[in-house]
Amino acid sequence: MTTRSDAHGGVIHDIGYRPYTGPRLGRRYATRSLYVQSLRAAFGLGRSGRSKVLPFLLLGGMAAPSLAMLAIALFTQQKSMPMDYADYLASFSVLPQIFLAAQAPVLMSRDLRHHVVPLYFSRPATRGDYVAAKFAAMFSALLIVLALPLLLLFTGALLAEFPVGDNLVHLLYGLVAAVLYALLYSSIGLLIAALTPRRGFGVAAIMGLLMITRALAMITFALNRGYDPLRESDSSWAFLISPSTLVEALVNRLFSLGDGGSALLYAPGTGGALVFLVVLLALTAGGHALTLRRYRNV
Amino acid sequence: MTVSTVIKTDGLTKRFSRVTALDRLTVEVESGVVGLVGANGAGKSTLIKILLGLSPATEGTGQVLGLDIATQGPAIRERVGYMPEHDCLPPDVSATEFVVHMARMSGLPASAARERTADTLRHVGLYEERYRPMGGYSTGMKQRVKLAQALVHDPQLVLLDEPTNGLDPVGRDEMLGLIRRVHADFGISVLVTTHLLGELERTCDHLVVIDGGKLLRSSSTASFTGTTQLLAVEVTDHPVDRSFDADAVLTERLTAAGLTVRADGSRILLVEIAGEETYDTVRDTVDDLGLGLVRLEQRRHRVAEIFSTRADEDAEDADHEHDHEHGHGHDAHRAVPAGGEQA
Repeated sequence: MTTRSDAHGGVIHDIGYRPYTGPRLGRRYATRSLYVQSLRAAFGLGRSGRSKVLPFLLLGGMAAPSLAMLAIALFTQQKSMPMDYADYLASFSVLPQIFLAAQAPVLMSRDLRHHVVPLYFSRPATRGDYVAAKFAAMFSALLIVLALPLLLLFTGALLAEFPVGDNLVHLLYGLVAAVLYALLYSSIGLLIAALTPRRGFGVAAIMGLLMITRALAMITFALNRGYDPLRESDSSWAFLISPSTLVEALVNRLFSLGDGGSALLYAPGTGGALVFLVVLLALTAGGHALTLRRYRNV
Repeated sequence: MTVSTVIKTDGLTKRFSRVTALDRLTVEVESGVVGLVGANGAGKSTLIKILLGLSPATEGTGQVLGLDIATQGPAIRERVGYMPEHDCLPPDVSATEFVVHMARMSGLPASAARERTADTLRHVGLYEERYRPMGGYSTGMKQRVKLAQALVHDPQLVLLDEPTNGLDPVGRDEMLGLIRRVHADFGISVLVTTHLLGELERTCDHLVVIDGGKLLRSSSTASFTGTTQLLAVEVTDHPVDRSFDADAVLTERLTAAGLTVRADGSRILLVEIAGEETYDTVRDTVDDLGLGLVRLEQRRHRVAEIFSTRADEDAEDADHEHDHEHGHGHDAHRAVPAGGEQA
């Protein structure tokens, strides 16, 4: 009798079990693999088509205004960029926030919900490695979202023949701001996401925290300041309340951006900027430490 | 590597704030298929966590594959595979993607991870369906993927936590067959935990029984199940004479024929098998008495029997559950020889 496999001239051989004799690359390689996989997952790569929509929509949404701005600057033959790099990040800060709220739970809650975490911990990478890889992935993903429009703006500035040196310095200011945003956001976002295996709760909690604290910070600031510009310095301590105003005010003060006008948020004085920086680093480290603690008994 | 001692613990103790999960456990396990038996909460999962170096022992020491569990955790975890008891598969990922990722997490380079994943999934019996998202898999398929991710990096030892949980009898038999193959064909030592005794005596070379964190017994399966073979015999009443005590007369006749007979329960007689001719003797004696032969089946001492005396002593809730499980394993086991021996 002729079977199908005979007709095709092919036979499946059972070659039995082959032991693996190749290299085992160990803990650091495993951590790096987890980082790459998590970074890809943050943009929906390696997952279903549906999960790519939101991250790329946000990435595009973040970059699109920079292109529009460039087009206007080019056609109207302006002498300089209509908006500073760091100011751009502050103006469109809601998009990276949505990105964080949507994707941090993708990195953390999914593993918790489907009980994949014990599988990681039964392999060479440790709990610390796991949290570090996830943090690095979230940080990198946010940095991509934040830095892409800045780089587009800078490229445009070169095309429009704006002063290169000035633009380069301000691009660096903008990138520092992007790094600070990404650090603080990742730390807070991942901590919240690690607390709940439910993705929806994570999204709502992160978004809620960022929005509500920002509103609180602005209200406190406005109430304290009143109409007295002299009290502005004191009342700007209120910017410590919210992660987004914290970074915004710190960066503006640090690099003395803008003309000191009321449109931008400033940390109170040089000493204030130092306090802001310490608070930012403490929050980042604290969030990371608490996330680690969360995984101690998993 | 020629380490015949796969797992060795010495006075291993794990105390949580309220309970003592492991109590001075000293056990040595050779390569092979080893069953870790105990009721729910006996300390099996705690022991596995400690062996993986994930949870420090309160007291005592232990070695896995000759590596110290307290200090060489990462090295152990590179050489050991672990299949957890609970569900651990993300539903929106395919088995291939998932197992490749887990292989890389064990330190395999990307190309080797793909190759080993294809091999391993084939060995556990997953074919075309391995490209589909795992959310749509049956329990049996999920258990196979879980086993595959534990084997994909070709470990020297796999720790399987309740691998037959939730499987129907056919799926359970297939999983047990697979576990035997893991050792026989793949050369990987296996530590398998369960609270069902019946299935372990068919699969394991060695059994370690723990209860309340203490070691009850550790020895080869053969010594548990005993060497004497028994024959269970059940006959009908005499068709005409109502007052005829069939069991008593049969016992008398068989004893006269030189066999050792004792009653087991109301109607079953257990006859020690002296040799092949014992079957003939029983058959001829029953025929001679004009009785009907209802049951003639081979029976071994069962692992379950080591618990039966102990279970009578303490009447805790945990033990009731335990007894229930015995009955289950018992029945499943009986069905196999009964079909073969009755003729």
